[in-house]
Amino acid sequence: MKKGSRILTGLVLAWITLLVLMPLYGMVREVARSGVPVLTGLLSDPTAVRAFMLTFWLTLGSVVINTVFGTMLSFVLVRHSFRGKVFLEGIIDLPFAVSPVIAGFMFIILFGPQGWIGSWFDAQNIKIIYAFPGMLLATLFVTFPFVVREVVPVLREFGIDQEEAAMVLGASRWQTFWKVTLPSIKWGMIYGITLTIARAIGEFGAVIVVSGGIINKTQTATLLIHHKFMDFDFAGACAAAMVLAVISFIILIAMQYIFSKRRI
Amino acid sequence: MKENRTTPGELVLRGITFSYIGLLIVLPVLAISFKAFDGGIARLWQEITLPQALFSLKITLILALIITIINVITGTATAWVLVRCEFPLKREVNAIIDLPFAIPTIVTGIMLVALYGPRSFIGMFLQNKFNFEILYNSPGILIALLFVTFPFVVRCVQPVLQEMEKEVEEAAQTMGASPLQVFFKVIIPTLLPSIITGAALSFSRALGEFGSVVIVAGNIPFKTQMAAVYVFGEIESYNVAGATGVSFVLLACSFAVLVLLNFIQYWRRRHEER
Repeated sequence: MKKGSRILTGLVLAWITLLVLMPLYGMVREVARSGVPVLTGLLSDPTAVRAFMLTFWLTLGSVVINTVFGTMLSFVLVRHSFRGKVFLEGIIDLPFAVSPVIAGFMFIILFGPQGWIGSWFDAQNIKIIYAFPGMLLATLFVTFPFVVREVVPVLREFGIDQEEAAMVLGASRWQTFWKVTLPSIKWGMIYGITLTIARAIGEFGAVIVVSGGIINKTQTATLLIHHKFMDFDFAGACAAAMVLAVISFIILIAMQYIFSKRRI
Repeated sequence: MKENRTTPGELVLRGITFSYIGLLIVLPVLAISFKAFDGGIARLWQEITLPQALFSLKITLILALIITIINVITGTATAWVLVRCEFPLKREVNAIIDLPFAIPTIVTGIMLVALYGPRSFIGMFLQNKFNFEILYNSPGILIALLFVTFPFVVRCVQPVLQEMEKEVEEAAQTMGASPLQVFFKVIIPTLLPSIITGAALSFSRALGEFGSVVIVAGNIPFKTQMAAVYVFGEIESYNVAGATGVSFVLLACSFAVLVLLNFIQYWRRRHEER
């Protein structure tokens, strides 16, 4: 290897270590210093468990809803032709460009007690903002692009030859979808779902704005970390952050595995 | 497509997906835009030009620009090393690049406080020796923004670099081009669209970043209060007009970046077709 590229490699590795690995090490050391009791205390604290469960339900809801609608939209984008398609493609990436805080704020304006839609729900005595539905809406918004962006290219590459062959051989539309189309877009879908899970678990800005931060009721795992940090319980915040980091790490490994699978 | 007529099934599918996007994405964006002009343009201008709001926008733009420039250099270098150089544990290093995307932003904030905070070794050392604070100060915000945006340029440039044929560079070299000429006349023009895309993505992400910044920056007006944190504060204190004003500016910037990205994609596609 040439001397120049060796120096460059060294510099890049140093940068990654400094930027990414050092902070990780900082947190692990902090958790190790406060010891196991803080971790077990967190896991036996009903408030913390409830926060993690709420994150779980929000993630599950986002994955199910966005996978169904995301796959449908991918079909519309790849298979249909209509006016304004370019515009629609542009809109899909919008949630990535919008600050999470503003995303949450938009839902307050729309679904808050005085909002365009919220006032109607308010009259029916249904709470959306500062309750689960609002938090789900916010999470759906920020995670919407993932499945679409992963399924569209796979679907485009797959084409319609095999589907047409199945139809000619007498398969119904549903049979064709379940037995031919779905298996071929499966890995793209799973990769999109993995990204959705990672983002939904970690979403903070959008959720804190619409949640109102009601402990035991609208507190997610990320809000719990924020609350503990603000409460000067840094050891507790670190322990909770560590649990989320481990979950993210598992997702990251799954991502690598799925990505290699998808290429085949 | 077998036939050009739209079938009822297609129409239903289109209807459902359009309604979903309309409700989830288009309507909220319209709502906040209308809200911004609720009290007229003069009122909107007044909210944006409040000293505290203006400062938060200014520092956000400046810091986002700085990290974008740093990311262009470090990100391109990282992509280059990952594609062209051999070193031990390369696969693992490649996986680590995605870590900032996988880790929740609030966890990033906590990690940085653990490493650089007033109780940490580094934090105490800098405090005692140089009376310098990393956290609750712009260097801390810079580090947080660099962390959360690191993968963008790398992941945009890497695939293009992988596809780029070494033959072209070698041909240029054989014809007598110096390494510097090859770099500026062959490599950079090929990579430029992907570098700009990555830069635009990190800039737009930095503009709106909240989770890590709210932990690391504190909330000191005229010092570390970023735009997203300002908006959050105004929402918390029920000042809808104030929150809407700064939100509108941030949204406009994000829109501009999005249009730029779509334009690059369009241009690239046309370029490839030719």
